[in-house]
Amino acid sequence: MSGGDVGGGVGIRFDGVSVAYGSHTVLDSLDLTVERGEVMALLGPSGSGKTTALRAVAGFVTPVRGRVLIGDRDVTDLPPHRRGVGMVVQSYALFPHMRVEDNVAFGLKAQKAEKTAIPGRVAEALEMTGMAAYAKRYPRELSGGQQQRVAIARALAIRPGVLLLDEPLSALDAQLRSGMLAELASLHRELPDVSILYVTHDQVEALTLADRIAVMDKARLRDCGTPQELYRSPRTEFTASFVGNANLLPVRVGSGQVRLGEAELTVDTAGVVAGATATLCVRPHLVGLGEGANALRGTVAEVQWRGATHRLYVDVAGQRVKADVRELRVPPALGEQVVLHFAPEDAVLLSAGVSDE
Amino acid sequence: MPPVLGLALVFLYPLVLLVQQSFTPLEGGTSVQPYVDVFADPAFREALGTTVWLAVGATVGCLVLGFVLALVIAFVPFPGAKAVARFVDVFLSFPSFLITLALLFVYGTVGMANGMWTDVTGAASGPFQFLTTPWGVLLAEITYFTPFVMRPLLAAFSQIDTAQIEAASSLGAKAPRIVRQIILPEALPALAAGGSLVLIMCLNEFGIVLFTGAKGVTTLPMLVYSKAILESDWTAACVVAVVNVVISVSLYGLYRVVSRRVGA
Repeated sequence: MSGGDVGGGVGIRFDGVSVAYGSHTVLDSLDLTVERGEVMALLGPSGSGKTTALRAVAGFVTPVRGRVLIGDRDVTDLPPHRRGVGMVVQSYALFPHMRVEDNVAFGLKAQKAEKTAIPGRVAEALEMTGMAAYAKRYPRELSGGQQQRVAIARALAIRPGVLLLDEPLSALDAQLRSGMLAELASLHRELPDVSILYVTHDQVEALTLADRIAVMDKARLRDCGTPQELYRSPRTEFTASFVGNANLLPVRVGSGQVRLGEAELTVDTAGVVAGATATLCVRPHLVGLGEGANALRGTVAEVQWRGATHRLYVDVAGQRVKADVRELRVPPALGEQVVLHFAPEDAVLLSAGVSDE
Repeated sequence: MPPVLGLALVFLYPLVLLVQQSFTPLEGGTSVQPYVDVFADPAFREALGTTVWLAVGATVGCLVLGFVLALVIAFVPFPGAKAVARFVDVFLSFPSFLITLALLFVYGTVGMANGMWTDVTGAASGPFQFLTTPWGVLLAEITYFTPFVMRPLLAAFSQIDTAQIEAASSLGAKAPRIVRQIILPEALPALAAGGSLVLIMCLNEFGIVLFTGAKGVTTLPMLVYSKAILESDWTAACVVAVVNVVISVSLYGLYRVVSRRVGA
């Protein structure tokens, strides 16, 4: 059923997909296309609808409106077992009473793969995730990271056209997580045609792994673009603060410059009406300490030492500005007057209309 | 007096008396003659056979029916599933003869089913006469004891990670395979626990057999009753009772060994 045609990988399309429980809408008319071979991260806080979107592809929720397509196949009304997707979840969901090899073989047997071919494909999937040496173990005898690899091998063994990853690294500790992140990236290089839908609330995972990121909030898609686009020029306040935790400062727009309190700041004002209020978006690590172009004078409200950097919170004209600067020999004292600056090209101006959405 | 001694006096001493009586023939003294006599009695052999096959049959029936019903309640969403699950608990508190009485109302000689039949056809008696046969006892026992299997099963099902079931269906497994390979293995300890409980209770069941009025169905507890009360043969009654106790206790021992193997 999912034999030959999905081995090469296919895309995913959400066509106005809405999911609701009673009167509570958890996913609101999602339009999104994941190209064949693309890694799409669904990024958002909990309750944003990202997991619901993934479950709509897997077939565990039924949309009240809209269609879900895998490749050119409309799967909206297909049961999960006929969709041929690989899925990996945060809790691993390995079958506890089966050895690793039987876990991985489960999908092949369920899809009635040729008996003689099964051992080879199990070995191949375990090889790919580096778990070949653990084939005879039971899940309870493995660490969390190893269990997650087995879960990935189990999903890959059926050679799915699309791979759905639901917070796959959230249960791992930080060090293991960055290692697994690198492995997922190299796994995708080995399977360049498989589309991956990657649900996460962690912006680092999304920025590292994704070709494109779909930012979700309150059941809706807020923004979608490459990591660089979203990071450098976010189109909404939500994206700016969720991806990279940017400073969002309300400013009054002039021509070629904006006003924050007493300060006149030079930024690109193209596309924003003069005289209107807008939101100035600057990343904390692009804000420097000391005099420079676009100077902001303020009072130090808090200083946090973070090893390689100092995070300063500075009150400027009633706004709290975050600045991440290289570790300071003598950090400023609380209440001290300081000057911050940022380069005009490092700021993005968001017009109020977009941010209100 | 240590508590253990107190408990032993209250609970074990009567048992000791019972065993002692079973080795005491009417003429007095101590001998195994009562056992030789009872084992040679065809009535006892038949009762032993009836007891075992009824208990085993009822247990198998309860396991199959209980597993299916618990599956439906736990995994098939339908309105009122929670109420049904709660009713299972209430059912456990019912006395066993109540079920038998209820079945008598439906299938008894003058029950609803036969009454409708005689009204419609004008015949003298209805076609449902199975209640006084061993099959009637079997039906009543399965009806009454099935919830005893469902209780631990429902608890076990609620422990199963739904993500496992979703993973299995994503991998291409349909419902029967998921039941067989995911749900059943995780429910085995609960099935073993419920099954052995029902087996032991069926071996000792008295009320259901008595109330169905099945004259030809003599189980060991019935035999104890008739020897002791109807024939006033205390020694023989005690012998049968001891046999019954030995079967129950050895089954319980077997259950403990098996359940430890399965890792329950």
